Amino acid sequence: MTLYFRRRLINSLSLTLSLAAMAFGLFWLLWILYTLFSNGLPGLGTVLFTQTTPAPGSAGGLANAIVGSLAMSAVGVAIGTPIGILAGTYLAEFGERGWLAPATRFINDILLSAPSIVIGLFIYDVYVAQVGHFSGWAGALALSLLVIPVVVRTTENMLRLVPNSMREAAYALGAPQWKMVLQVSLRAAKAGVVTGILLAVARIVGETAPLLFTALNNQFFSNMNEPMANLPVVIFQYAMSPYEDWHTLAWAGALLIGLFVLSLNIIARVLVRPAKSH
Amino acid sequence: MTQALTPKLAVKNLNFYYGNFHALKNINLDIREGKVTAFIGPSGCGKSTLLRTFNRMYGLYPKLRAEGEIIMNGRNVLDPSVDLNMLRAKVGMVFQKPTPFPMSIYDNIAFGVKLYESMSKSEMDDRVEWALQKAALWKEVKDKLKQSGLGLSGGQQQRLCIARAVAVKPEVLLLDEPTSALDPISTAHIEELVHELKQDYTIAIVTHNMQQAARVSDYTAYMYLGELIEVGETDSIFTTPKKKATEDYITGKFG
Repeated sequence: MTLYFRRRLINSLSLTLSLAAMAFGLFWLLWILYTLFSNGLPGLGTVLFTQTTPAPGSAGGLANAIVGSLAMSAVGVAIGTPIGILAGTYLAEFGERGWLAPATRFINDILLSAPSIVIGLFIYDVYVAQVGHFSGWAGALALSLLVIPVVVRTTENMLRLVPNSMREAAYALGAPQWKMVLQVSLRAAKAGVVTGILLAVARIVGETAPLLFTALNNQFFSNMNEPMANLPVVIFQYAMSPYEDWHTLAWAGALLIGLFVLSLNIIARVLVRPAKSH
Repeated sequence: MTQALTPKLAVKNLNFYYGNFHALKNINLDIREGKVTAFIGPSGCGKSTLLRTFNRMYGLYPKLRAEGEIIMNGRNVLDPSVDLNMLRAKVGMVFQKPTPFPMSIYDNIAFGVKLYESMSKSEMDDRVEWALQKAALWKEVKDKLKQSGLGLSGGQQQRLCIARAVAVKPEVLLLDEPTSALDPISTAHIEELVHELKQDYTIAIVTHNMQQAARVSDYTAYMYLGELIEVGETDSIFTTPKKKATEDYITGKFG
């Protein structure tokens, strides 16, 4: 009987502790969201999406920064995703024997945890300094280097979740390995791989440091060959400024990014949830 | 009569190793054409290992090694010069857990066929229907061929896997505990199916269920610790086994 009560005590104690831990995490998250909304909502309006970043004292929006962020993120994902999926597939499906896969995995893990400012400096050194000017391409390149390790990791992990019995079944029909990987493994892991890409997008849309050294900023719309406006750097500059209207715009931009990342995460969660209707 | 007694697969002095572990010890056995041969024995006795040498499935993993001969159509299937994919076109396999691919029911069947034959859409339609008929699944799925194979029940999934194997038109079907993950009704379906299929195929089935072996097979092989203890007609194995060990196992004194 005493053993039974002890067990119940430990049970309720650990339950309380884990609930408290959850409440602690949730508290900060909700506070952050509250701050974002209360400061960002006043600046939110159609003007944000139609006008470019203004000079201090005049009215304006974030249209060029939004377009710049979307463009550089899109190009970054377009460069990083194929490389990431191919490398992740290699690690999970082809790299059982030999030294290449463990070495690649190790390097990828380092890249995954590399500070993004280092990535920015790297692209500055090998690209920006060579061509002599900041540009949208350089920004996209830096972002793609952040995408690759995330996609490699999730692709590999998701492929490892595909049961080996499914691979054996494809082999038992006489399928060659490449056909098995393309039509069976990758298809089975599709939802997870797409989730990985979404999470990679969520990771890069808020990155400031790699863009500071590569795309820099621009007060106007620009093409990818010129310095390019983007939300994180605009937020950084406007928030640091002494001007009230710039502060409002910075908060509105922060709210936009926050909402975007939040919805990407929600979509990702819905995607990986196993379909119960089956 | 003599036709029926031709061995489809003749296993000669077969030894199998997992690294240093000697898993199959000098197996000699004939799998007769057009018959069902059941493999029984306690867990770890080598039944599945033996089955997986017939289509060289073990070749997927390092450190696994088979020595000896398995003669099919006059050639040793263990010989590396035998084309693996052509061998697997002739020797189909169904696994313990149903393994439908994450694609439609139609595409599940077409997947294997496309590996070996190029055919028109209508020919493929016919083949898919034919295979599903063979696996006694057609009536249940004919209106939802475009739906995912993962949406079927466990028993239906297993029949889909049998249809998928049959669609390639193999000569031999290997069934590795095909009903151990299924409920009794689905199991009965599969057993009926084995009866039907043996008219066209040579079947080797591994089972943990001795009643199942007695019900579905013409020949039964009892294995223990990697050795083939006794093989013979199912009736005589279950009524008058020659070896004491076999008798102990089938009467439940052991295992």
